[in-house]
Amino acid sequence: MNKNITVLIADDDFDYLFQMRFRLESAGFDVISASSQKEAEQLIEIGGFDAAVFDLMMENDDSGFVLAYKTKKAFPSIPVVLSTAVTAETGYNFENDSSWVKADLYLEKGVESERIAEELNKLLKM
Amino acid sequence: MDKLKILVVDDEFGIRSGVKRILEKFEVDYPFMDEAIAFEVMEAETGEIAVEMIKSDFYNIVLLDNKLPGMQGVEVLEFINSQQIDSKVIMITSYASLELAVKATKHGAIDFVPKPFTPQELRASIENITKQLFLKKMTTKLQKEGKQIRFQFLSLLSHELKSPVNAVEGYLKIIKEQKNGDKVTDYMPMIERSIERLDAMRGMILDLLDLTKIESGQAKRNPVPVDIGEVAKTCVATLNPLAIQKDVNIYLNYNTKIIYEFDVNDLEIVFNNIFSNAVKYNKNGGRVDCTIREIENNIEIIIADTGIGISNDDQAKLFNEFVRIKNKETSKIPGSGLGLSIVKKILDNYNADILLESEVNIGTNVKIILKK
Repeated sequence: MNKNITVLIADDDFDYLFQMRFRLESAGFDVISASSQKEAEQLIEIGGFDAAVFDLMMENDDSGFVLAYKTKKAFPSIPVVLSTAVTAETGYNFENDSSWVKADLYLEKGVESERIAEELNKLLKM
Repeated sequence: MDKLKILVVDDEFGIRSGVKRILEKFEVDYPFMDEAIAFEVMEAETGEIAVEMIKSDFYNIVLLDNKLPGMQGVEVLEFINSQQIDSKVIMITSYASLELAVKATKHGAIDFVPKPFTPQELRASIENITKQLFLKKMTTKLQKEGKQIRFQFLSLLSHELKSPVNAVEGYLKIIKEQKNGDKVTDYMPMIERSIERLDAMRGMILDLLDLTKIESGQAKRNPVPVDIGEVAKTCVATLNPLAIQKDVNIYLNYNTKIIYEFDVNDLEIVFNNIFSNAVKYNKNGGRVDCTIREIENNIEIIIADTGIGISNDDQAKLFNEFVRIKNKETSKIPGSGLGLSIVKKILDNYNADILLESEVNIGTNVKIILKK
């Protein structure tokens, strides 16, 4: 299952990054990871991944948006997931924003994290 | 300088130029205002002209004669009122009949100046209204800022409290699903990380309580003459386990007893926060040097470490709430992001200064200046 599919993940929370790597690797994905927007940008330039999961708030409040945009610009067909804990408190309305922020899916951190592998599979099949 | 715009509406040239002359040399000042408020006076000869001017431009204050050749003053007032224009209107009137006064007040005139008036009477009325306008403006501004800051604080707080909850929950779910084996030992690193995150969360809640106490002024401060070196020594002792773990040595340097009026609890919070930063963000085998000395009329406390340092960009935001400098070196170090903001708030209460110098990879110097 998921042979040779590489997922780029970025999150500045050490534990969250670990858990995501753990879940994705258990599901058979290969994982490359970045712990900041800056690191992730370097990895996007190098390329070589088939899907991406970005945390929204890292060095900047909109780090995830920037990374999603850059990924989609370089690799339009790669699915991008934004994982975030901030929906409730900032009132970002993802429904409306999705017209310009090119992410395929928003996952709420914590609540939905165990669905990450499953959701990626769905997106990759499309 | 702030200028208020005044429109004087009167068919008598003498009154208009008199008002202009009196008010353009006049300033209103409050002891707590940064700058005095001055006035710019525009003129309208008739009610019709006044209405046109009010349509195209905003005037803070309108000085309105009631008896005009065409359209009457009260009608201009009615116009201002019906358009919901927020100008303050002062009626100038020679026959202050009760009927007119009632009608004008009903339509929002806030003062009457009898005609003829002395420069003193005019200035008094204008000063009164200016102060009202100023206070209203300040109140609105402060309320807005207050709300804004509260909202930002609460969104940051909920985000910072959610992160450890998410992290611990994530580990628990992995353990529950037994994804990494069926023995407890298979999950030891995850359990340990969970405990660390919960510890950090408790630390943040305690910091928040400190912060709330300081901000609400509820902390009972009891400044007494304290021996600063002694307090520093106690704090170093508290931090020693952490320092040993990181192989960091803390050195205290002071020659004589230096006494300053400080609440012991406050001073401990200051030292604990700065020392623990100096240890946490140090390198293995690093050192922390705390020097306490009297220079002229000040007491200087310098805490220098050989740690990872802080870039110039990051230094600028350091004293804000929930600021954590995020990079490879700091990613596993727990912290609430509140420590320095607490320190700053405490020192503000003592009129003390805190300065910070830092160089990435070399270390950070924190200097506290207590004024005698």
